[in-house]
Amino acid sequence: MTDLTRLSAAEIAGLVAGGETSAVEVTQAHLDRIAAVDDRVNAFLYVDTEGALAAARGVDERRAAGEDLGPLAGVPVAVKDVLTTKGVPTTVGSKILEGWRPPYDSTVVERLRAAGTVMLGKTNMDEFAMGSSTEYSAYGPTRNPWNLDRIPGGSGGGSAAALAAYEAPLSIGSDTGGSIRQPGAVTGTVGAKPTYGGTSRYGLVAFSSSLDTPGPCARTVLDAALLHQVIAGHDPRDSTSIPAPVPDVVGAARLGATGDLTGMKLGVITEFTGEGAEPGVMAAFRESVEALAKLGAEIVELSCPHFRYALPAYYLIAPSECSSNLARFDGVRFGLRVGDDGNRSLEEVMSLTREAGFGPEVKRRIMIGTYALSSGYYDAYYGQAQKVRTLITRDFTAAFEQVDALISPTTPFVAFPIGARTADPYQMYLADLFTIPTNLYGGPAISVPCGLSEGLPVGLQVMAPTMADDRMYRVAAALESTVGSFTPPAL
Amino acid sequence: MAAISREEVAHLARLSRLAVTEEELDTFAGQLDVILQSVAQVGEVAAADIPPTSHSVPLTNVLREDVVVPGLTPQEALSGAPDAEEQRFRVPRILDEDVAS
Repeated sequence: MTDLTRLSAAEIAGLVAGGETSAVEVTQAHLDRIAAVDDRVNAFLYVDTEGALAAARGVDERRAAGEDLGPLAGVPVAVKDVLTTKGVPTTVGSKILEGWRPPYDSTVVERLRAAGTVMLGKTNMDEFAMGSSTEYSAYGPTRNPWNLDRIPGGSGGGSAAALAAYEAPLSIGSDTGGSIRQPGAVTGTVGAKPTYGGTSRYGLVAFSSSLDTPGPCARTVLDAALLHQVIAGHDPRDSTSIPAPVPDVVGAARLGATGDLTGMKLGVITEFTGEGAEPGVMAAFRESVEALAKLGAEIVELSCPHFRYALPAYYLIAPSECSSNLARFDGVRFGLRVGDDGNRSLEEVMSLTREAGFGPEVKRRIMIGTYALSSGYYDAYYGQAQKVRTLITRDFTAAFEQVDALISPTTPFVAFPIGARTADPYQMYLADLFTIPTNLYGGPAISVPCGLSEGLPVGLQVMAPTMADDRMYRVAAALESTVGSFTPPAL
Repeated sequence: MAAISREEVAHLARLSRLAVTEEELDTFAGQLDVILQSVAQVGEVAAADIPPTSHSVPLTNVLREDVVVPGLTPQEALSGAPDAEEQRFRVPRILDEDVAS
């Protein structure tokens, strides 16, 4: 019998549409898999068994009634706990929202439901999406299915690990500095950050509003494109949502899968091929560049001189926005309240609540942001970082006058051991060295598995111009067609 | 030279409404110092005449039709509140006692 948890989303949707299996059977198979392995992986913070089976029954009934189902109807999906889900706990990996059941769905989740996908539950993450290893979750780290002693990346480690552990064929992440792509790279899965404004932030708990971008995670490039198509598109409830059609990402993924990149120019960034990356990662990247050239792509080396300042600029901009956004956690409207004994003032209760509810990384970033925005430091820190952001954007614009897309390793290193980088927060930040520039620019980027180093997955990143999301899917699918996929050892 | 002192971190914690412990202050002071020294690299870039970018999407004055759409009921809006009374969020004391009495 076919193991339904090993199939791609496209395959599952085909079987459900053809009546060869039911959405309920598919859902139950994934719930059983979660029950069997998640005590070791810890990818899920909440499994919505009843809700998932009810949604699956709904799909089966609609199919029986002869309704035309969408391309992902009946396919299970896991959702990062940063997106609100009506009546289903949403913690953002934080104690400050423990037990909160939002009264509304985020736009992404609303679209997932409308498409007939089946939400299995909510996935683990670094608290408020701040981190690169999921070790900053208040609910314990997620473990990498490739090696349970290693990190699954972050902040969306739960969404990536759920795919690699065959607990879900699809998942949703959010990418502020690499939180979709870096977990994808270190778990051997596909993660795509859409163009900023291409997917709605309505109902996405805000970390850094000028950077936060929800996006798709999957085990194949086509599946990621199918999910992208379902969740993307203009949303009047998000004023930064782009009022333009979604690029044909599915068509591009199918075109790329034919393995022909003739006429495409790909840029290798000089600044990302020198120091900073492990030799094993660079070796896998170099082999992939050769593979892409064999598929017909022209490879050009070019310089983006300001990319080396992307990491420091990001770690001023993102904390600044976070210090403002997280002011809403005041112990009044939702979540935790600590120390309200009838005598303490609002301000005292607020300080005690935030002290008890936030973990150390969130506190560090709030304080860094408060510092960077304070008078006397504003110009030298936040103001200067915004100018550097302009220069990084100009680097991208200049590069895209020469090439169709840029490629690099997704991460400088493979999955590191749990605990290896928590003592020195800045060492953790280096995990996002190659992913951050795209966020500052706002364009789309995808990570696709490209090889192994020391038995652990390596990802290749494709960065495309703003609103040319289709282009990155074409390149990623072409690479996938030649290097194949990578299967972790049995759990 | 340290970029930030323990006293400055204590001040930041107060501004941030974080009732941090003495032990946390010791840890954070060292960590924030490392982070701030690293991010200060942005100062190396000659950018005096460069305009700042706050946002990558060049949209301005995003408006919508002024029509009523369904929103949350008071009950839904208050459903996650730590304390509520008479369809309102109930907050701890906001005035000093001598003023309140």
